[in-house]
Amino acid sequence: METIINIENVHKYFGRVHALRGVNLQVQKGEVLVIVGPSGSGKSTLLRCINHLEEYTSGKIIVDGIHLDSAENINAVRQEIGMVFQSFNLFAHLTVMDNLVLAQKIVRKRKKDEAREIALNLLKKVGIPEKANAHPYQLSGGQQQRVAIARALAMNPRIMLFDEPTSALDPEMIKEVLDVMLALAKEGMTMVVVSHEMGFARAAANRIIFMDEGQIIEEAPPDILFTSPKHERTKLFLSKVLQL
Amino acid sequence: MFTRREPKIDEQELTHIPGAEPQSRMDVWWWLVALVVGVIVILSVTMPDPYWNIIKFVRDGLKITVFLTVVAFGFVLVVGMLGGLGRLSKNRVINLIATLYVELVRGVPLLVQLIWWYFAFPVVIQQIGKWTHISALAEYQANAVFVAIVGFVVCYGAYMSEIYRAGIQSVPKGQMEAARSLGMSYFQAMRHVVLPQAIRVILPPVGNEFISLLKDSSLVSVVAVADLTRRGREFMSTHFNPIEVWTMVALLYLVLTLFSARIVTWIERRTKFER
Repeated sequence: METIINIENVHKYFGRVHALRGVNLQVQKGEVLVIVGPSGSGKSTLLRCINHLEEYTSGKIIVDGIHLDSAENINAVRQEIGMVFQSFNLFAHLTVMDNLVLAQKIVRKRKKDEAREIALNLLKKVGIPEKANAHPYQLSGGQQQRVAIARALAMNPRIMLFDEPTSALDPEMIKEVLDVMLALAKEGMTMVVVSHEMGFARAAANRIIFMDEGQIIEEAPPDILFTSPKHERTKLFLSKVLQL
Repeated sequence: MFTRREPKIDEQELTHIPGAEPQSRMDVWWWLVALVVGVIVILSVTMPDPYWNIIKFVRDGLKITVFLTVVAFGFVLVVGMLGGLGRLSKNRVINLIATLYVELVRGVPLLVQLIWWYFAFPVVIQQIGKWTHISALAEYQANAVFVAIVGFVVCYGAYMSEIYRAGIQSVPKGQMEAARSLGMSYFQAMRHVVLPQAIRVILPPVGNEFISLLKDSSLVSVVAVADLTRRGREFMSTHFNPIEVWTMVALLYLVLTLFSARIVTWIERRTKFER
């Protein structure tokens, strides 16, 4: 096994709020990791530290052998990490196709035709090639999120981060996004997912991390964590979430 | 005996939003242009002396006014963008410089600024030339048009900085984050993702600034630039007919502003997109 993300003793303060309190975490290549926890537990913050959208106060994060300590390194790491956001964040002024092509052209320096071909194949993969010329506002939430996943994949990332990818979706659209994520997991993509979709966690996760108050409380494979959690706080949280 | 009165629902009344129909604005514009141009044509045909003479006399002033406005505005767009980005910069020094610039310039009347650039600025340069023994600087003479453009760019650049800043801030933060997470640099993300969206937001106020600048350009008549207003004054001082001259000058400014407004609406419509 090869460690692809190494997080060592990371602390993060928002002003006086201690959001991450000494987090240690290793992610293996090809692993699917799901992070759960109550809101405000620091799970999104941790995820955003991995590609340095959030600056951490102290500690060390090494992604694919690159230490996140300089602007060049951060940009190099970001090119290897795809990120999917809760609010999709598709570029509102561009068509679906141009959303997928833009970064390929200016970051990966691909030719226009090559980039368009890659984009179209990915749109087929997420099931909406017919929307290539639509604008984001013409798509449903589920379609927008699938485009966002395709946009991230177009950069050939080695790692994919998902920050509550289904939280802003209507119930009937959650499945279409989770299906895409499941397919991605089966292909062996390294994934770190912040989500409360326990069905997805059960089906795809190798490991589940439970976070509370900026710390990792417990980690285990899903069947173990769901059936016999060790900590009181984990039990309490799971009893609330799994009831649904 | 009561007959129940059916509430009369006027569908038009329910769905009508006053001023929302773009067509009506256009019609008003055509009427205005027809009126203004019509008055100019009628006056200069029926009474060529003095009206046609006035137009012939101020024509080169009209050119200067348009030239000044267009050139200055081009630079204003650039300075405004730099100022706006500076105001949003996390770098303390850049931020401080941009904030100082905006706050200082906004607090001084444009007329005073123009007079300063025309009368005081050349003296400053000459003094620097004397101290440093550079004769080119010591003999510096202000070119009125150049100095006027500098004055406008400095002043309107500050206003424009605030417009850019507001426009950039109106683009949701997630757009920048998504662009950065794809590996784009800050400037690539600004240029390809944030600014194209901000520009659509700031177009109406930018258009207003252009029209304001066009009108404010009449202030340069006090610093020896032979613009439309100054040419009008020159004509009046030889012919002593204030009503005719200033009516015609006002009408000519109206033609310019009306057409500018039209161009702004046209650009706005072409760059519209939905979120």
